[in-house]
Amino acid sequence: MMEKMIFGRFLPGDSPVHKLDPRSKLVFVFAFIIIVFLANNTITYAMLLAFTLFIVLVSRIRLYFLINGLKPVLFLMAFTFLLHIFMTKEGDLLFHWKFISIYEGGVRQGIYISTRFLVLVFMTSILTLTTSPISITDGIEVLLNPLKKIKVPVHELALMMSISLRFIPTLMDETDKIMKAQMARGSDLSSGPIKDRIKAVVPLLVPLFVSAFKRAEDLATAMEVRGYRGGEGRTRYRQLKWDMGDTFALALLAAMAVLLFFYRS
Amino acid sequence: MDIKLQQVSYAYSQGTPFEKRALFDVNFEIPSHTYQAIIGHTGSGKSTILQHFNALLKPTTGIVQLGDRTVEAGKKAKDLKAVRQRVGIVFQFPEHQLFEETVLKDIMFGPMNFGVSATEAEARARELVRLVGLPENVLEKSPFDLSGGQMRRVAIAGVLAMEPEVIVLDEPTAGLDPRGQKEIMEMFYTLHQERNLTTILVTHSMEDAARYADNLIIMHEGKNVLSGTPREIFKDIETLKQFRLEPPRIVRFQQKVEKMINTSLAKVCLTEEELAIEMARLLREERAES
Repeated sequence: MMEKMIFGRFLPGDSPVHKLDPRSKLVFVFAFIIIVFLANNTITYAMLLAFTLFIVLVSRIRLYFLINGLKPVLFLMAFTFLLHIFMTKEGDLLFHWKFISIYEGGVRQGIYISTRFLVLVFMTSILTLTTSPISITDGIEVLLNPLKKIKVPVHELALMMSISLRFIPTLMDETDKIMKAQMARGSDLSSGPIKDRIKAVVPLLVPLFVSAFKRAEDLATAMEVRGYRGGEGRTRYRQLKWDMGDTFALALLAAMAVLLFFYRS
Repeated sequence: MDIKLQQVSYAYSQGTPFEKRALFDVNFEIPSHTYQAIIGHTGSGKSTILQHFNALLKPTTGIVQLGDRTVEAGKKAKDLKAVRQRVGIVFQFPEHQLFEETVLKDIMFGPMNFGVSATEAEARARELVRLVGLPENVLEKSPFDLSGGQMRRVAIAGVLAMEPEVIVLDEPTAGLDPRGQKEIMEMFYTLHQERNLTTILVTHSMEDAARYADNLIIMHEGKNVLSGTPREIFKDIETLKQFRLEPPRIVRFQQKVEKMINTSLAKVCLTEEELAIEMARLLREERAES
């Protein structure tokens, strides 16, 4: 179950998307999140979806894999879709049965919001899938560097982020292991009344927290032992390089933004 | 309860780019009341296979027969709880599964999940604490206040408290001091004999496998490649080396001695005691001849 999750996982590869500089990818995704909100009619949402699928294609990540790995989010999407369908009372009445009435506006709104959700989740997943956690943090650190002037601890923030990203898969594996151990002792997480299931989480969470704290402590010791003293005067082994491709990617996004602006109602 | 694996394959993260096959067409049978050791080099699929013994993993293809229950690839398996009660697994570093406020409650967790009454579970806990070699006053302590070795013993007691018929041990002594290792292994062996258990030991330690197991199953790159009594297996060192395994120290020692004195002993000795007896016999015979 856990092994199917793809949040925060990195999928090595050599697609054009993989080769982009993390800075351009970060700016790209950040800007994309903003321009998604430009869309407000069918054409613009279709354009967004097509654009996202195009990026998926270029990144050479199998669509099936993306969808499969994002199942929990898709569930949330379906939920918001239904919520919109039942709650929005606009446009023509499409369907009426007892107290349930579905309006055309509700369906449209539901589809729009789900699409927005989908493209956002896909785009951010592609970012983490095609960029190693280390480059992501390197990119963030460089991008946020100007903030150092107003005494924002940029290096520390980047480090915190890279550590948390790094430990997502580890904690997942750990959860899986502890879950199996408790299941072998007869704890049942997947059936029975809700009350029992919530209770069954305790034997999972306590060992997980214990080991997470222990891990954190070990990591801190290991860093200290190797002479870590924060970002001051620290040089970089991996140099970031801005290519033609990066400029091109951002230009593409700018073009998309212009189109969206043009076609939105 | 017999365990039988037929053509069992398993792949992690099936259908994703992370897919990794861990088992390929594994076939073997574990008869009731035997002591089996599954040995293999790191990454040979040992830990994957042991999770099939109580249906924590379902084979990607093939059939796992657990007593009268069949777990088959592609079919839904219901009510696995009954199987899990009969097969207890002591995972690697089982101390990571402790969570309760007191040692007593933690040991009672397993049996109570299987519907054993609180009084009965408590009685088992009190008995087991002694069995695993802990003083009775730890029962009221928090498991997190104990030392690593003591936590290991509590966790083992927690599995034993379910009174399984089959007990699966995954490197149960990893990280313990030599004396603790010996105590734990001896305890499992005594239990195996007294309670007529089926014991499956997954281990790196050739010494433990040689000393305790009736039968060895050798895993290599996700397949079971060799099976037989320790004496048979450790006779053929060349084959073992192919699978990146070494015979136990005592067997290597015997071979060196045999080479030096240019005589073979009557049998492959699996423990220090056996070898001592064999060598004493040889010496005595020689003295009688001269």
